[in-house]
Amino acid sequence: MFEIFGIPSAALFGQLLIGLINGSFYALLSLGLAVIFGMLNIINFTHGAQYMLGALTAYLLLKWLGLGYWEALIVAPIVVGAIGIVIERVFLQWLYKLDHLYGLLLTFGLALIIEGVGRNYFGSAGLPYTLPESLRGGQNLGFMFLPNYRVWVIVASLTVCLGTWFIIERTKVGAYLRAATENPTLVRAFGINVPRMITLTYGFGVALAAFAGVMAAPIYNVSPNMGSELIIVVFAVVVIGGMGSILGAIVTGFALGIIEGLTKVFFPEASNTVIFVIMAIVLLVRPAGMFGRRA
Amino acid sequence: MRKILGLAALAAALVCGTANAQQQINVKIGVLTDMSSLYADNTGIGSVIAAKMAADEFMKSHPNFKVEVVSGDHQNKADVGVQIANQWIDVDHVDMIADVPNSGVALAITQVAAQKNKVFMASGPASSDLTGPKCNGNMVHWTYDTWMLANGTGKAIVKTGGDTWFFLTSDYAFGHALERDTAAVVTANGGKVLGAVRHPINTSDFSSFLLQAQASKAKIIGLANAGGDTINSIKQGAEFGIVKGGQKFAGLLVFASDINALGLDIAQGLIFTETFYWDLNDQTRAWTKRWHAERKDDNKVPTMNQAGVYSGTLHYLKAVAAVGSAADGKAVVAKMKQLPAEDEVYGKSTVRQDGRVLHPAYLFEVKKPSESKYKHDFYHLRVTIPADEAFRPLKEGNCPLVSG
Repeated sequence: MFEIFGIPSAALFGQLLIGLINGSFYALLSLGLAVIFGMLNIINFTHGAQYMLGALTAYLLLKWLGLGYWEALIVAPIVVGAIGIVIERVFLQWLYKLDHLYGLLLTFGLALIIEGVGRNYFGSAGLPYTLPESLRGGQNLGFMFLPNYRVWVIVASLTVCLGTWFIIERTKVGAYLRAATENPTLVRAFGINVPRMITLTYGFGVALAAFAGVMAAPIYNVSPNMGSELIIVVFAVVVIGGMGSILGAIVTGFALGIIEGLTKVFFPEASNTVIFVIMAIVLLVRPAGMFGRRA
Repeated sequence: MRKILGLAALAAALVCGTANAQQQINVKIGVLTDMSSLYADNTGIGSVIAAKMAADEFMKSHPNFKVEVVSGDHQNKADVGVQIANQWIDVDHVDMIADVPNSGVALAITQVAAQKNKVFMASGPASSDLTGPKCNGNMVHWTYDTWMLANGTGKAIVKTGGDTWFFLTSDYAFGHALERDTAAVVTANGGKVLGAVRHPINTSDFSSFLLQAQASKAKIIGLANAGGDTINSIKQGAEFGIVKGGQKFAGLLVFASDINALGLDIAQGLIFTETFYWDLNDQTRAWTKRWHAERKDDNKVPTMNQAGVYSGTLHYLKAVAAVGSAADGKAVVAKMKQLPAEDEVYGKSTVRQDGRVLHPAYLFEVKKPSESKYKHDFYHLRVTIPADEAFRPLKEGNCPLVSG
């Protein structure tokens, strides 16, 4: 096959596909963050820890209750979402009227606590979690061997992302939510329970993170540190996409996954930093992000 | 008469008093380790416990010693590590720094120890440069190094037919040193290095790098990384059908804690070199039982690094007892090189002129799940490499302390 910039095209397509898979994780996580920030104005630094809790819950469900991967995909987000709702009721509801910084500090502190407790009980080397039987193996595409599980990751996250976007932008419930963000008093006057809607929205954002965590458990190392490594990159993704924009988060997530994948081919040592370089450039040119609205 | 008797008794009592009061020796040991990141399970709290075990044991047999153990987290950052070390030495009167996993941090700490004339008991880092161009009279390199890993694992694998290699390297001092030493062994034994890719430390997704390794068609993919990075590489390698496609992984630095995290399902068949295994003999088993009693977590298994902290600390204290005080780091290290070391985890070891400690190395193969009969029953012992063959010859290191 032909070569592009000295890399055989087969290898390049393989890397693009990998980038797309990574992008799905970024998209799912930045979607949760964007929903929470857009609707609640809280910068949710606990998102990485909640992603980790999703993976940890999947592991514990297997260990204590014998529930496999497919059950965990449904149960873990509900469990972690419930924990999120508790966090919102106990801590976050007092911070909505304050500066963003308070929410950031509180959620950052919570993240440190959750990760520290996890490290205390489970160590940091990681916990074993194997691929579900039905998704093992893969397809030999000629230019690469594509594991079935990775295909499932792309499909699942695209479905969830587009489903969430549809709910928020195109349904009545979503309309109430968007209205409540802009003018809560007026919406309450119409008889809609705004505080409950906000609590459920936070729970939903957290559940999204936990869903990503369960999907990551079979392929990435399930360890208390897994969230802190990912969350910084995800924040950069959200900033590039625009903090309040749902579609921006999804599109940017996938796009940046692909760009990172290309960097890993041409200049792997920089693969950690390329997203931040792009973030710096975007902030200079379009401070509200690519798809963002001026706050 | 009574007065004279009384004075004589007083004099006798005073003489007895001074004769029994030996000089009290105070020693403070700082365990500088990774408490929170990718190396926390193969060192971390387990290392601190190992140091405390050594201190308590030594104080029992030497009642005139008072040994205190403190600990700190360098977070895999050289500047944080140096700042902690400086504060320990200048303010807290720490005499010896132990452990320090992460060769980047260790290379900085060894300078601090030399400058301030304290002792660096390096049982955690791997880079063979510590007893090579960067050696000095204030450090001893315990447990292992990249040359020993390359020579043990690399030679064994090339001899069994793995003659083309592709490296997955952690992009910092340790990874570079391990890649360099292993590449040298591979080429010296008739093999060929087809390429390498450098990944940032603490990477969670290796799919892109594994794809490049697959494309190279090398028979062996050498993992020049450690801790969480090695675990992720192997786990994702299984997913991408690396082994099914005919390639094999060479885990150049693998700890028992990594096997614990991977599970035998994925890790079976891995071959690597270590200098300690909890189940090696009766003494190591007895020590492990004591370690577990302190660690209070039966799910953890002690690694060669943690055993190295215990062994090195005991030998250090022995040297301090012989010198009489812990104040002069160079003198204590010189004594450590003179005295033979012996303990229940490493058996007999010797400390060489360049600071390198020589113990036997063991080539292990990970058991299949069906072969594992009890908890943490992970390894088959394949080959024992005697101490004088396991490590780089003295003259080849380019250490300034070695003449000629």
